[in-house]
Amino acid sequence: MNLFYLISAVCFILGLKRLSHPKTARSGNFLAALGMLIAIGATLASSNVLDLKLIAIGVGVGSVIGLLFATRVQMTEMPQMVAIFNGLGGAASAFVASAEFFKVDDLGIIICISVFIGTLTFSGSFIAFGKLQGIISGRAITFSGQQILNALMFASIVILGSVQQLGMLPDTTIFYVIVLLAFLLGIGLTIPIGGADMPVVISLLNSYSGIAAAATGFLINNQALIISGSLVGASGLILTNIMCKGMNRSLANVIFGAVGAESSSDGGSSDGKEMNIKSYSTTEAAMILDAAEKIIIVPGYGLAVAQAQHVAREVADTLEAQGKKVLYAIHPVAGRMPGHMNVLLAEANVSYDVLKDLDEINPEFEDCDVALILGANDVVNPAARHDQSSPIYGMPILNVDKSRTVIINKRSMNPGFAGVQNELFGYDNSIMVFGDAKDMLNDLLKEIKEL
Amino acid sequence: MDINLITIFILAVFVGNEIINKVPPTLHTPLMSGSNAISGIAIVGALLAISTDGEISTYLGLAALICATINVVGGFLVTDRMLKMFKKK
Repeated sequence: MNLFYLISAVCFILGLKRLSHPKTARSGNFLAALGMLIAIGATLASSNVLDLKLIAIGVGVGSVIGLLFATRVQMTEMPQMVAIFNGLGGAASAFVASAEFFKVDDLGIIICISVFIGTLTFSGSFIAFGKLQGIISGRAITFSGQQILNALMFASIVILGSVQQLGMLPDTTIFYVIVLLAFLLGIGLTIPIGGADMPVVISLLNSYSGIAAAATGFLINNQALIISGSLVGASGLILTNIMCKGMNRSLANVIFGAVGAESSSDGGSSDGKEMNIKSYSTTEAAMILDAAEKIIIVPGYGLAVAQAQHVAREVADTLEAQGKKVLYAIHPVAGRMPGHMNVLLAEANVSYDVLKDLDEINPEFEDCDVALILGANDVVNPAARHDQSSPIYGMPILNVDKSRTVIINKRSMNPGFAGVQNELFGYDNSIMVFGDAKDMLNDLLKEIKEL
Repeated sequence: MDINLITIFILAVFVGNEIINKVPPTLHTPLMSGSNAISGIAIVGALLAISTDGEISTYLGLAALICATINVVGGFLVTDRMLKMFKKK
């Protein structure tokens, strides 16, 4: 039986390894699914007292719901779906640990840890889902004493977990109190986090769901759970780290900083200076693009919200057909979860080899004729490089201002997520084209075809 | 806790760290949904729990089984749906 778990673990590892390139990724996902099938088959074959009727119900219900999710979800909604799945992963681990507790009727430290992480992942993920879906306000929800309350809840869980063997309280009481506190702590830790920081939170909860599975593996002495859980835990942590770096924030600052609670206390430094904004029409923008040879498109989440990624690709195709070089610059936090913008562009049939990440694309701006910015704002603000008083100072940005001309499409002059006005808009080589991204690109497409 | 299990855990974290670092940013969303599916490995624990004596444990096992199956089925399918879209011209 352990041999089969070993085989399935090898499948997971090789499957994840194949995710290192888009060409092999699909077969990697298939391999991982095969590994899961082997683990399930081995478990079913090894146990002699199986309640097959209940198992059929559970697998049937779960499969139908899973299938519906997987086929119905819109690509823009992927962050919500991953949030739900993180939560379900946490819940599954917590349920298994709870079942073990009622079976052995003795609370051990591992049961406490497993139930704690699983429950916290569950409630935290559903708050994250609510925020992404707009059911709960995306703003940071804060109240005085919040951190102290969270700290008290955490301390109580640690104390209860440590003293449970002394027998001062009945095990069941301690168990229920830990479940309740973990549930509340998951909510308490997630509500003060603002919408812009959600990519970090989803990554972190992804990691927790893995750690919860690993903890449950220790509990039921199962290597398959430990190995897979640690793989997922490591993956989530790496993504968390990448997201934090992309925003130049520490993890502690994201979790406890409550950024975005009110509409930013200091409005940024560029407020004092008058900006000379040049507003151009799409016809003029089309003429600039016509004269260009190398164009870099910088998509932001606003592009996806306007469902304009398809027409953006059409514009790019038309420009390419005229012999121009078109690349896409993708900032790590361009979407609402790691790699989100890439998926949205892949959906619009953009070839993956023209999607360039921050390190690859930044040298390319030096000899770029036009940087076309669609719905991105903070990630192209040069203040991040030099203005120490700016809230986004130090954040790695796309150096679009190095291009000969920067065309910025925006709905209005409203500042971005960080609440900072972008000094780029006033630069000599910047021009603004105001309007909805989809309408503007449709007009632009017509214009460049006519030129 | 069994030292063998701790050994496996630590080594798996290192392996995870090595392979995940090689995943390009383009594939980070499929990576996440795929690892969602892999964390559905709790399904193994659910299958074992559902078959133990005791009514409460059985129903908790059933709840775990449903959650984990959603993760496994939904996770792998949606990852495949996304990866299908990644094409090179």
